[in-house]
Amino acid sequence: MAIFTSLVRKEALHIVRDRRTMTITLLMPLVLLLLFGFAISTEVNDVSICAVADTHTDGTRAIFEHMRVNSCFTFQGLASPAEAERMLRSGRTDAILFLKTDAGNTSAQIMVDASNTATAKAVTGYVQGVLAEGLQEGPVITRILYNPEMKSAYNFVPGILGMIFILICAIMTSVSIVREKETGTMDLLLVSPARPSTVILGKLVPYFLLSCIILAAMLATSYTLLGIPFSANILSVISISLLYILLSLSIGLLVSTFADTQLTALIVSTVMFMLPVIMLSGMIFPIDNMPAPLRWLSCAIPARWYIEAMRRLMIQRLDITCVLRETAILAAMTAALLVLSVKKLKSAK
Amino acid sequence: MTTAIETSGLSKRYGNLTALDGVNLRVERGEMFGLIGPDGAGKSTLYRILATLASPDTGTAEVCGLDTVRDSRRLRTLIGYMPERFSLYQDLTVEENLRFFATLFGVSVRENYDLIAPIFGQLERFTNRKAGALSGGMKQKLALSCALIHRPEILLLDEPTTGVDAVSRAEFWEMLAGLRRQSITILVSTSYMDEATLCGRIAMMDRGHILALDTPQRLVENLGENLYEASASDMFGLLTRLRAMPGVTDCYTFGATLHVVAGQGFDPARAASALGSYGLGDIRIAPAKGTIEDLFIKLTRDGQQ
Repeated sequence: MAIFTSLVRKEALHIVRDRRTMTITLLMPLVLLLLFGFAISTEVNDVSICAVADTHTDGTRAIFEHMRVNSCFTFQGLASPAEAERMLRSGRTDAILFLKTDAGNTSAQIMVDASNTATAKAVTGYVQGVLAEGLQEGPVITRILYNPEMKSAYNFVPGILGMIFILICAIMTSVSIVREKETGTMDLLLVSPARPSTVILGKLVPYFLLSCIILAAMLATSYTLLGIPFSANILSVISISLLYILLSLSIGLLVSTFADTQLTALIVSTVMFMLPVIMLSGMIFPIDNMPAPLRWLSCAIPARWYIEAMRRLMIQRLDITCVLRETAILAAMTAALLVLSVKKLKSAK
Repeated sequence: MTTAIETSGLSKRYGNLTALDGVNLRVERGEMFGLIGPDGAGKSTLYRILATLASPDTGTAEVCGLDTVRDSRRLRTLIGYMPERFSLYQDLTVEENLRFFATLFGVSVRENYDLIAPIFGQLERFTNRKAGALSGGMKQKLALSCALIHRPEILLLDEPTTGVDAVSRAEFWEMLAGLRRQSITILVSTSYMDEATLCGRIAMMDRGHILALDTPQRLVENLGENLYEASASDMFGLLTRLRAMPGVTDCYTFGATLHVVAGQGFDPARAASALGSYGLGDIRIAPAKGTIEDLFIKLTRDGQQ
């Protein structure tokens, strides 16, 4: 036990002494959360639009009124067709709405600047929504569940959690173990009476504790600053996150068993684990839109299951019983990785 | 129980590379035993097996009467191992390093301080300095202190003086002599031939084999070669001329001079005049006394033939 505590103490000193890494690991998660939560958003606000109409009817007036009050639009008023086109080409407006009234029926055409496809798609959607309200008798009522304001922060919180723990647990743990191999101190630990399992545990526990601190900080930020509604299933959120932390630690351990230099460990964990988390976990790109082979591949990525579970628990505020499949998959992956790395460790001698 | 280390038929391969090939070695208790050989001779592999870090492919190794594979856990408290590079935690202070290794072996610094006092004493001014900020010589002293803190019976030192200045090297050998008086068995490897003479007995290793094993004096006495020391104004010209000369078995640089291994029919006076006719000036050829280095060169030469 004295051996174990001194190993943990030593590792904690390594972490604390490396000021730069320490600052980055503690600040980065929060900065990422706030960045994705506030600054970077995939929502489109403040679309400038102008309109061209040949005749004014009650119908067209209603449409303009809707545009004016809708917070998504900056309605720039009516313009002549030539003037409107000049504005669109020079970028002073994002879209033009042409209204043509023929024998009492109003038909519409939307002209959109699609140099940014995301904006173009969103604008078309918005305008169609407004037209639907203004033109038709029976309005379509849309109810948006779980995230009524469609805040993208909600979407990103689980994703960032999924990424951060891979970063801290997998990358930092593997690099720190491999560093000891590289400098030769691992040999000294192995010739001591300390058991190899004690040595490894002494490596994992400090990073586990560090991850717990970060988890607490991230959840606190999410529930307060980002305004994710608090619910009773926070305990499930925490326990599944702990499981995921454990999984990331086993990834780090596995990487450290076959990497010989810190650089290899860094590259292997980044390329094999970090990038897939960003690209294939559904954090940024929806999994349903991927081609089939990538969709299958994404099943092998732990973060995918974690993020899915977190979305259900945090955003949909569902019970833990709704994420049993994800939990089971994560647990199975953890067990498999642990068994694999312990085997690899034993055969290394 | 007077044998400290005993290996028989020890072999270890790494892929296609044979690191050790049937090594038989016996080191008595209280000995200062030197392993001499160039890089890649297999010294470090031998150390790793003795330190229980690697297991041999064939053969057995016993340290303090314990098998390095079967009794590795019991053995670990009896050996102090200092690997090739001074493996210390660079970001921990001198004191933290020492204390960490003490706890790792379940001892306190205070109870064994008397053993390391002559070594660690020189570091006492720097106890709060990070190990990474120490000079090579000081790192070496700290590494030795850490390897000794649990009062081992056998000290395994793998090239402890590589990368250390000449003054620190001399100091280090004095410290080892001090430890030997405390009846600690020391197995030390080096690629500096002059250090070999400081050991009680030495084993010369090359390419996984032990070429010779005896006291340094007896090894040199049994060199049995006709050695001359040669110098001239143009040393490189001298070397090529001598190598081509009949009756010269071998010729190699030795410090500032050349050593000539003479075969049959070599006459220094005649050789000097022959060399003079090639236009070499300031030629001096005189009988020389063989050293460990000459022996080593002879042994590797014999091995290649």
